[in-house]
Amino acid sequence: MAGLDHGQVHPKEIEDPLIAARNARYGMVLFLIYLAFYGGFVALNAFSPTQMETTPALGLNLAILYGFALIVAAMVLALIYAWLCRAVSAADQGK
Amino acid sequence: MIHEPSILSVLVFAGFVAITLGLSFYFARKTQSSAGYFAAGGQIHWFVNGVAFAGDYLSAASFLGICGMIAFYGYDGFLYSIGFLAGWVVALFVVAEPLKRLGKYTFADALNSQFQSRAITLSAGISTLVVSVFYLIPQMVGAGTLIQPLLGFPYWVGVVLVGIIVVLIVATAGMVSTTYVQFIKGALLVLFSGILTVMILNRGLKVDTSEEANSPQTMVKLADGSVQINGSPHGHKEGQKDLRPVGHLSKLPGGKTETGPLGPMEYLATLQQSEVVLWTKKEAIVDGVKTTTWTPTPTAGSKILRPGNSPTFKGLQSDKLSSRLNFISLMLALFCGTASLPHILIRYYTVKDQAAARLSTVVGIGTIGTFYVLTLFMGLGAMTSGSIDLTNDNMSAPLLAKSFGDLLFAMISAIAFTTVLGTVSGLIVAASGAVVHDLLSSVLRWEMNDHEKVRIGKLSSVIVGVIAIILGIQFKDMNAGFLVGWAFSVAASANLPSLVMLLFWKGTTKQGISAAILVGLFSSLTWILVSEDTFAKVYGFKADAAAAAAMVPFSQPGLVTIPLGFLTLIVVSLLTRKKSAD
Repeated sequence: MAGLDHGQVHPKEIEDPLIAARNARYGMVLFLIYLAFYGGFVALNAFSPTQMETTPALGLNLAILYGFALIVAAMVLALIYAWLCRAVSAADQGK
Repeated sequence: MIHEPSILSVLVFAGFVAITLGLSFYFARKTQSSAGYFAAGGQIHWFVNGVAFAGDYLSAASFLGICGMIAFYGYDGFLYSIGFLAGWVVALFVVAEPLKRLGKYTFADALNSQFQSRAITLSAGISTLVVSVFYLIPQMVGAGTLIQPLLGFPYWVGVVLVGIIVVLIVATAGMVSTTYVQFIKGALLVLFSGILTVMILNRGLKVDTSEEANSPQTMVKLADGSVQINGSPHGHKEGQKDLRPVGHLSKLPGGKTETGPLGPMEYLATLQQSEVVLWTKKEAIVDGVKTTTWTPTPTAGSKILRPGNSPTFKGLQSDKLSSRLNFISLMLALFCGTASLPHILIRYYTVKDQAAARLSTVVGIGTIGTFYVLTLFMGLGAMTSGSIDLTNDNMSAPLLAKSFGDLLFAMISAIAFTTVLGTVSGLIVAASGAVVHDLLSSVLRWEMNDHEKVRIGKLSSVIVGVIAIILGIQFKDMNAGFLVGWAFSVAASANLPSLVMLLFWKGTTKQGISAAILVGLFSSLTWILVSEDTFAKVYGFKADAAAAAAMVPFSQPGLVTIPLGFLTLIVVSLLTRKKSAD
């Protein structure tokens, strides 16, 4: 269990404001995409719940498909964000 | 239902507790500084932190409450799963990295990074304490409710036992032991939920047309307190009867009686075309005698897998605008609440840098998202395999496990308790951090060296733990899920506007932040206290009287109080901008 001495604070990271700003921009774009997707789900449930009973694919209704899609989309967007930020960091280190 | 406690469950639970306490005492020797105690020295690996996020976040309400709601009513419980996960998108894309950059120990640190204002620290500290206590109550209620059927102890023993174990975990090694308890719990919860789901799919779906499975059940509570079930005294001895667990299919597509193993999508598609027997509950009180009847109600699978089947979301199938606004308000609070919960936010201080904060959130989303997908299968599995206790929806997941054997039941029961331990530990660390760093050190300006901070942090943990035990016993009859909903609404209204505006609007002033926190906190609390739900579920009003007494048009506050928090911040900041600049 070496390396688990939690008594010391890790030194404060030296951050590049440009990278932080770019990450924030990527984050905001992905957030807005997900917000629209989630907002659509909430609005459909609230104002047109019968739409959720239709069965567009796989023998499953829209409620199940849209619900699963929201969970999968969160995971996929999270991976895209991690990849984008990693790509930016690597590129900047190469400068 | 009377549940027979199993020795195996007690042994597995004792084993889990021994491991968690052993870890805590091991780490206690290594945790001397306040940075180590409150933030694990910022040295937790991002992957461990990601799984610990799941252990911190997936509370008893998520595991037992959502599975139970799906087992009783179908799709509606899954709406909570969707909302709870969506909140992590806000945490990752908006909050994670700036919070790590700006703060050190508490949520107040980040808000106060540019201002050094005691008013901000005070308001954020109060908000942290209020939200943490709101979140603590349902966890303790969940522990007490589960201990009787699962381990055979009375309610108060469950609350006190969990309280003592958690205080030991937190008071020994603070955030370090809390992190590893949460890591173990998060990993076990997802692993065993996966095992249960595979077994559900392997068992497939089956029709039960037997007379016993389809006959109504009655429970009569006499004025002297004795209970009769279906005309006989309640019990498991000769001549006595107990309610039987329920949940079965009355029809499968194509006239089949059994499907055999099914794939995940095939399972849901088959269920959508089947007919499931739900149970309609009716209560009547005459001359002090309370009669409860449950009648089998065959319901099309297509209705079960759409929203609006439960009492909570019934309004979605009506034309009432207030019901729709209530739904939108709840989904908004779930979306905004996650990134505002202090016990989640402080986990960002346990990793070394912003990249680790980002990666750990990605791991958290993967772990938590996987679990929430599994909740749908576990809930529907309980609904269709005779695993519903008509008097306690929290028992659906453990009873489902029991249908596969005693060992799985023992594991799931023990994990349910570890679920409470992990979340309560996180909440107590957040609350003690707020007491030491925010209220005592920053607001009251107590001079403390590092060693004293740790000592007072441990003392605060014990005090918060005792308060949690007392509240857990006091709030015995409250619905755990209902209280968690409150915590999300209050956290989102009080904390999110300040956090977001601080990051994205340069005009934000310290007065604006303090005002937004206090307005969000007290407006959401007041809204909840005068809402129809509270009149019915807390003050004990009958449905009609609760609707008449309610002073707000719908029960969930978020739709009004979250924007109110933003508006307050903008107006107060504009009014105080020049003064601040001077």
